[in-house]
Amino acid sequence: MLQQIGIKDTEQLFDEIPADLRIDHFDSVPDALGEAAVIRLMRSRAAADGDAISFIGAGAYEHHIPAVVWDIATRGEFYSAYTPYQAEASQGTLQVIYEYQSMMAGLTGLDVANASLYDGATAFAEACLMAVRANRKSKSRKILVSRSVHPVYRQVAAGIVRGQGIELVELSLKDGCTDLTALKAFDGEDFAAICIQQPTFLGTLEDVDALTNWAHERTMFVVAICNPMTLSVLTPPGLWGDEGADIACGEGQPMGIPVSSGGPYFGYMVCRQAIVRQMPGRIVGRTVDLDGKPGFTLTLQAREQHIRRSKATSNICTNQGLMVTAATIYMSLLGSEGLRRTALQCHENTRSLAYRLAELEGISVAYDMFFHEAVLQLDRPVQPVIDALSQQNILAGYDLSATYPELGNALLVCATDARTEEDMDLFVAIMTAVLGQSEAA
Amino acid sequence: MSEVPGDLKYSQEHEWVRLEDDGSVVVGITDHAQEALGELVFVETPEDDAEFSKGDACVVVESVKAASDVYAPIGGTLVASNEALADEPEQVNKSPYEDGWLVKLVPSDHAELDELMDADAYEQFLADSAG
Repeated sequence: MLQQIGIKDTEQLFDEIPADLRIDHFDSVPDALGEAAVIRLMRSRAAADGDAISFIGAGAYEHHIPAVVWDIATRGEFYSAYTPYQAEASQGTLQVIYEYQSMMAGLTGLDVANASLYDGATAFAEACLMAVRANRKSKSRKILVSRSVHPVYRQVAAGIVRGQGIELVELSLKDGCTDLTALKAFDGEDFAAICIQQPTFLGTLEDVDALTNWAHERTMFVVAICNPMTLSVLTPPGLWGDEGADIACGEGQPMGIPVSSGGPYFGYMVCRQAIVRQMPGRIVGRTVDLDGKPGFTLTLQAREQHIRRSKATSNICTNQGLMVTAATIYMSLLGSEGLRRTALQCHENTRSLAYRLAELEGISVAYDMFFHEAVLQLDRPVQPVIDALSQQNILAGYDLSATYPELGNALLVCATDARTEEDMDLFVAIMTAVLGQSEAA
Repeated sequence: MSEVPGDLKYSQEHEWVRLEDDGSVVVGITDHAQEALGELVFVETPEDDAEFSKGDACVVVESVKAASDVYAPIGGTLVASNEALADEPEQVNKSPYEDGWLVKLVPSDHAELDELMDADAYEQFLADSAG
């Protein structure tokens, strides 16, 4: 083979990489293992996770997933993460994506969805890039991003957009939501977009109508980051304010994807028809063939990387096919009424849990209006409490002290439809015991 | 053989330029270019008051196969875009030299016009590149 391609040795393949950037040994990579040894290792790693009862949300949510979802999604006909290279040969795959796009457009109240992106954080970064490209009334490369947007999404987006000279400017919070009075400071300044998460990372609810109208009056685009699970209950982004958000994006994991060590998940993106040519990723369209028979095809590909090279709308031209297949089946099974019931169940569970915990000495609910996640204020540092509960198989929530130090001893808790009354009784009982054993700060 | 009107100037990137009485220039793509691109489905025109140097990408024409840049054949400031193309991009195919014009510029340096080809030179250029 080396001879065939005209080189002496494999080393020559790496000539492009300067010698000082090359590593000739990998100390931290262990020796190769045989299949049986790998299986033993993986089993022991998986067992280390245990089967704790989780009250952590913070961007990834455990919902009950009907068994039939993954039974269908893992059938041979669907079990491929990619749209095939001759995409139109796989009409079934394309139809699943088309149905998924239609469902996402329906849930968000916007016109067109793409076939999905990697995850919520990269979808948000892509939405920032798209807003700067598509907003022709603004010459700005600055974007307002509320501090209530998922901190990891903000970090990922800042890293991705920096290379294009785009700056994310933070909007401060008051009572767990974007501080509307602080917006005055930005009057008269040109921004390409404002980014609003609903519900916020802290579980609270923004005044999305006021924020959307404020931004549109100043020719900014509105980027909505939403958990699709909440959209059957909350106002969809397409109906925010007088004109609706321009782009909606977020994490699709709550739609039938299990929480498994951080992935794989999928990002979604939906926008107004008028700006669809600036949307990254693949889009499946419905058309008719030469005989007039309906069929599905990849459409609007002209701006993708394989055709437009460095001028493509994005260097992400893939989608999370398998995750989207599961999500489409999940949404089909639940239907709009099922999604609504699940969302309300999550809200009621979290509400019930938060106020039961707040009856304990040393715990209060920070913000009264929340969807399915609540900030609890503790009278002592949060991490030792989380550690003590995890000793007894309860994952108590997300410690906000690193990402929101201004909130003090704050714990973000979430009780989805996957949590039962017994789970919550157990949480309250163990929390009571833990607080009784340790002293307030 | 594609149509090459005698009263226009041409670039090697297959754009045509028509000098107007008021000193502005109208820019479009040639019959040859529209034929090579195939049926256009979208034309993205520049923002108002945009300024271009010769060779800058100023318009994106999108066919079902590809999105391609149209380069400014001379430098100048945008004074008008053909807004009718938003609804009827196919005018570029049907009438590349009339209804399918793309943008109107005020040239920054009229001398740049002299660097373009006349119709005879462009026809020769087409014949040579076809070879």
